[in-house]
Amino acid sequence: MIRSEILKEIAPILRDQLVVCNIGIPSQELHAIDDQPTNFYMLGTMGLASSIGLGLALAQPKPVIVIDGDGSILTNLGTLPTIGNNAPSNYILMIVDNGSYGSTGDQPTYTSQRTDLAAMARAAGCTRVVEVQDKDTSPALEEALSSGEATVLVVKCDSGNAKMPVITMDPVVIRDRFMKAVAG
Amino acid sequence: MNIDKRIADDLAANGVSFVTTVPCKQLAGVIEEIDQRDDIFHIPSNKEDEGMGLCAGAWMGGKRPAIIMQNTAIGVTINTLATLIQYYRLPLPMLISYRGELREPVACQVEMAVHTKALLAQLNIPTYHFHWQKDVEELDNILKYTFMCNKPVAILTDANFWGGYGDQ
Repeated sequence: MIRSEILKEIAPILRDQLVVCNIGIPSQELHAIDDQPTNFYMLGTMGLASSIGLGLALAQPKPVIVIDGDGSILTNLGTLPTIGNNAPSNYILMIVDNGSYGSTGDQPTYTSQRTDLAAMARAAGCTRVVEVQDKDTSPALEEALSSGEATVLVVKCDSGNAKMPVITMDPVVIRDRFMKAVAG
Repeated sequence: MNIDKRIADDLAANGVSFVTTVPCKQLAGVIEEIDQRDDIFHIPSNKEDEGMGLCAGAWMGGKRPAIIMQNTAIGVTINTLATLIQYYRLPLPMLISYRGELREPVACQVEMAVHTKALLAQLNIPTYHFHWQKDVEELDNILKYTFMCNKPVAILTDANFWGGYGDQ
């Protein structure tokens, strides 16, 4: 499966949750599949989805699901120790690990070679780290939501992107409707 | 006046309850003060752009954030300031140790100091420079201004403000 197929499958789970979605094609895909006010789309700033989601989870009690990628985690690796030492129980970091920089032309990342993000998350102090294959994402995400523990979920899948339109919504509108959904 | 406590008190009085830090020798006292307080949650960052991500999330979750860092971080965070903090119009007080200014003992620090104000000006970031300890009296108004306009605001604090480096 490729990322967009996974997002389609988990859309019914995501719909009721606060979601912080990674820059580029992941946000375009989620926006096209099931746009919700509870989705925060990153339009820039590669690498910070996991950090934004962590700040959000620490600031309020609702569950927060971050949809991140292997390339973005690699560009902000300092996030893993911060998560490992601070993540509250309402924090779920789902890393769609397709071994490539999807938004820039599917160049391979090091996770397609020898680098193991689940092992790195464990070494950084994350205690509940789950790695699954793409087809098992839905039950793993449901389990993370009901686990009552901060979870890093690494989803191994194929490289590839769906053709989706660019998000044209104004960033302040995205942020404002998201904040209303957070407070609601 | 205990300057570290004064700064933390002003942050708390303005409802800032989520502070991330990347350390600097000059900031050690204020970081320690913030870490010990019950009314401010302190989360150290490994890099300043990561810290700005944490602050963005905390703001959207209903908390008033702040970041404490060195001016070298301006070189690290320009993209984050432009495409996250400014693009989504988020408030972010940045208490910045202004290394490489008067009474600086480490020559290399001057190399980023000479770019600091120019970079902040290029980004249209409101910038204040604390040189004398009494300048801290502006902090309360600066924090109010930051959360009024939803912008990143820089507060540069040089070695003279912090009282120099002991032997100087």
